[in-house]
Amino acid sequence: MDNLIEIRDLRVTFAGAIDVVNGLDLDIAPGKTLCLVGESGCGKSVTAKAILQVIDHPGRVSGGSINLRQPDGSVLDIAKTKPTSPVMQHVRGGDIAMIHQEPMSFLSPLYTIGNQISEALMLHRKVGEKAARAEGIRMLEEVGMPDPARRYDSYTFQLSGGQRQRAMIAMALINKPRLLIADEPTTALDVTTQANILDLLARLQRDTGMGVLFITHDLGVVAEIADEVAVMYLGKIVERGPVREVLEHPKHPYTRGLLASMPRLDGDFKASLQAIRGMVPPPALRPAGCPFHPRCDWARADMCGHVQVLETELGHDHMVACHAYGPQAHKFDRVDRPVAAAAAAAAVKVREESAAPLLSVRDIKKHFPIRSGFFQRQTGAVRAVDAVSLDIFPGETLGLVGESGCGKSTLGQTIVGLHRADSGSMRFAEDDRPAVDLLAARGAEARRLRTDIRMIFQDPTGSLNPRMRVRNIIGEVLQVEGQLSDAEIEARVQALLAKVGLSPDYAQRYPHAFSGGQRQRIAIARALASDPRLVIADEAVSALDVSVQTQIINMMKALQAEMGLTYLFVSHDLGVIANISDRVAVMYAGRIVELGSTEEIFRNPQHPYTEALLAAIPGRGESAGGRIRLGGHVPDVAGRIEGCAFADRCPYALEACRQVRPELKGAGGHLDACIRSEELHLRPVASNETLVPA
Amino acid sequence: MGSFMIRRIIYAIPALIAVSLISFLVIAIPPGDYVTRLAEMSAAAGDVMPMAEQEAMRKAYGLDLPLMVQYWNWISGVVLRGDFGYSFSFNLPVKDVIWPRLGLTIVLSVASLLFIWVVAIPIGIFSAVKRYSAGDYLATFLGFLGLAIPNFLLALAAMYIAFAWFGVNVGGLFSPQYVEAPWSWERVLDLLGHLWLPMIVLGTAGTASVIRVIRANLLDELHKPYVTAARAKGKGEFSLLMKYPVRHALNPFVSGQNDIFVDIVSGGTIVAIVMGLQTTGPLLLDALRTQDMYMASSFILMLSVLVVIGTLLSDLLLAWLDPRIRYQQG
Repeated sequence: MDNLIEIRDLRVTFAGAIDVVNGLDLDIAPGKTLCLVGESGCGKSVTAKAILQVIDHPGRVSGGSINLRQPDGSVLDIAKTKPTSPVMQHVRGGDIAMIHQEPMSFLSPLYTIGNQISEALMLHRKVGEKAARAEGIRMLEEVGMPDPARRYDSYTFQLSGGQRQRAMIAMALINKPRLLIADEPTTALDVTTQANILDLLARLQRDTGMGVLFITHDLGVVAEIADEVAVMYLGKIVERGPVREVLEHPKHPYTRGLLASMPRLDGDFKASLQAIRGMVPPPALRPAGCPFHPRCDWARADMCGHVQVLETELGHDHMVACHAYGPQAHKFDRVDRPVAAAAAAAAVKVREESAAPLLSVRDIKKHFPIRSGFFQRQTGAVRAVDAVSLDIFPGETLGLVGESGCGKSTLGQTIVGLHRADSGSMRFAEDDRPAVDLLAARGAEARRLRTDIRMIFQDPTGSLNPRMRVRNIIGEVLQVEGQLSDAEIEARVQALLAKVGLSPDYAQRYPHAFSGGQRQRIAIARALASDPRLVIADEAVSALDVSVQTQIINMMKALQAEMGLTYLFVSHDLGVIANISDRVAVMYAGRIVELGSTEEIFRNPQHPYTEALLAAIPGRGESAGGRIRLGGHVPDVAGRIEGCAFADRCPYALEACRQVRPELKGAGGHLDACIRSEELHLRPVASNETLVPA
Repeated sequence: MGSFMIRRIIYAIPALIAVSLISFLVIAIPPGDYVTRLAEMSAAAGDVMPMAEQEAMRKAYGLDLPLMVQYWNWISGVVLRGDFGYSFSFNLPVKDVIWPRLGLTIVLSVASLLFIWVVAIPIGIFSAVKRYSAGDYLATFLGFLGLAIPNFLLALAAMYIAFAWFGVNVGGLFSPQYVEAPWSWERVLDLLGHLWLPMIVLGTAGTASVIRVIRANLLDELHKPYVTAARAKGKGEFSLLMKYPVRHALNPFVSGQNDIFVDIVSGGTIVAIVMGLQTTGPLLLDALRTQDMYMASSFILMLSVLVVIGTLLSDLLLAWLDPRIRYQQG
């Protein structure tokens, strides 16, 4: 066999009965990257763990073969090897290594990263502690860890997210494995860090010639690094082929759905996204016939629901498992569903120009004290929000974007009143009421503001009380107002549930009965219960799968059009921001560095930080003139920053940048805080590129 | 780490001052004192102690001074000269009575704690790894049995069995000929020969709860991502278990150990009386009954100091075990 690994008809069974992986075939060639794509719950991670035989109880490999070609030409069937056998221990970490999604939880906080990196080496090679240490430090240097000799003795909690992921990559690669399995290694990272890690993995693969199985749900990442793509749905591969083939000529309706639900940065940002209906059912409820048919627009009642799907070869190594390409292909007309009317209507919503702002924020500051030393005296302050000014106009969506730690969430929380600003003013002016300063409001006025300005949180699991029924979670907001009878509240709750696309009977259930997307709908219903004017959505779709994310975005747009809502949409995801925002504010180290209409920000960025963010978007950032990559991370805002906070990471920084702090300035509603913005010609997001780089 | 340790030790000082004040006042404030008690005893014997004599005795013992002065005299003696005052009923300085007893109490408590660890930790690990196996159910059953049976009952039963079936007299911590003997090698061996039974009796309840704690903590850790990561590195199952989940499960366990130590020290009184142990418990009870105030206060003070020191040690141990505490509070 030529391939490094060949998986045939793999089955992984949980609790004795439920097949999570259900007849999976996959080949990985040496030196190539295979991307395994799909929503969560499709069995991607379980497949990866099956290759290493590290599936958690009660799961086990119940059938099929995983053939690994050994260096001497023999073939080892991993599926038939005992998980605890020495052969398997040798394969794990030695031949096949794995990096994981969340390095914070996959590395132990009780041992230094050096200990855990060298441990991997010493398990597979007879080396002394000293030699292992030297090799560990060399490996850290190789993966681009700054100051590797010192970081070697650091604990995970002393490192940034990107550094932790580099440590884990070093741990996986120290034994020079022939296959690297990367399970969503960049999902938890900032877009700029993600770009660096993807570059690193690509370079390491070129240098070592290892095969890579890369699991992701992000098709942008796929475009960036894959040679081949396999799309997985409910435990089976539904489409497989070379990356250009699959991304440019997707065949399976699931692949097409995933691509359509992804925010695009080519062409019209605001084009309505097409969400796939429903969600991935649990494996125990796998539909008969083609498992995708309940969510498929092409599905035909006469076959998809009960006839087993066969794999069809389309040439160019392109395989698809769909009846619409099989022997009965002539029965299908393969037309994609038109964009839903509500979403389309929302997309062409008109904002009245020259309206007075709903909220004017001026010079808001929020500093958190740092205490240290023997007496825990305040020795400094984290300037999380440092003199931010912006206006939000009625009916618009203002996107707030930046890396983690830039203060965007703190700004949102300060506006809604979760933090009390240290100084500045926030003027909230509804058209029929006198303007109020949010910071000065007390008593009844403050209570009213709490119903006018509402928040949707990132984590729908953590923000819904698990001991309350949905009815009470939403009804609580109405009870605060005090004038409604129980029956009225009941009726309002039901109406709100219907509005966010949930069945009114769900009111009696508890949050754990719902999926992530449904919980976020409940959280949105709660935010809308008091009929607010301004809704602050803090990473409201970041924790969701791409198709669910699209459903929520479309719903939020429709609700905005229907109820005249104003959104402050906080996100690190530029694609989402581009799709939903009318205007965008880019935030860095507690300050706004650029503010303008979405078109202006993406097509004509003025601040080098914006340019770098755009360049980091996977799958679209690459253009002929080479890449822009940001090293480092958001500076420690505790230290006093002289001049421009971005100067240390900025490729265009001059001496002058470190002297004066640039103010936000500009004309025509497009403001930037860069002293060189007029002379620089910065690169916009690649406008005419397809998803796959040339 | 240094700063953390020093801060921790400094935090212990106000606690110690408060503890000493409370131990003194708890004994001194209630009406009546040792002289009243003597007068009662002579009245019971048909004698009358004249008021003048009572007053003279109070003066001689310093019991007529204001409370805070008495406290100050006592505590300054304790801190500066190691002088715990005078025991009225023993007619000896308190320190001559207290130290040997306190020494034996510490030996017995530490022995019980070690017994708990040696028995409970391996069983707890086994129970967690082989969850719902016959062995786990057996350990759980025995554990609950140990928790449910009161210590003194266990002590009685153990003594009865040892005496009736094996003809061994296991009461006390020494054989009769060694009780008053000066320390010698034979006396130490004799102590060890007697120590094991009270050690087991005092340790059963603790063993049971530690098994449960270790099992529960470890069950939380066994399926954590870092375990999968270590397994994916090719680490063998046993060394993997010891290095990652067990080590992680120890942290909450360590912070709970002080409570068990306190239970052993303070909960040992009834067992000590039942088994005739020469520890602090029975003596403290006597001192309280006879209103031998310096004796009682000193005992309470020393036991409380033991608890404060135990807490300090478990905090420091936790900081040593867990880098997150070391680096984030240091």
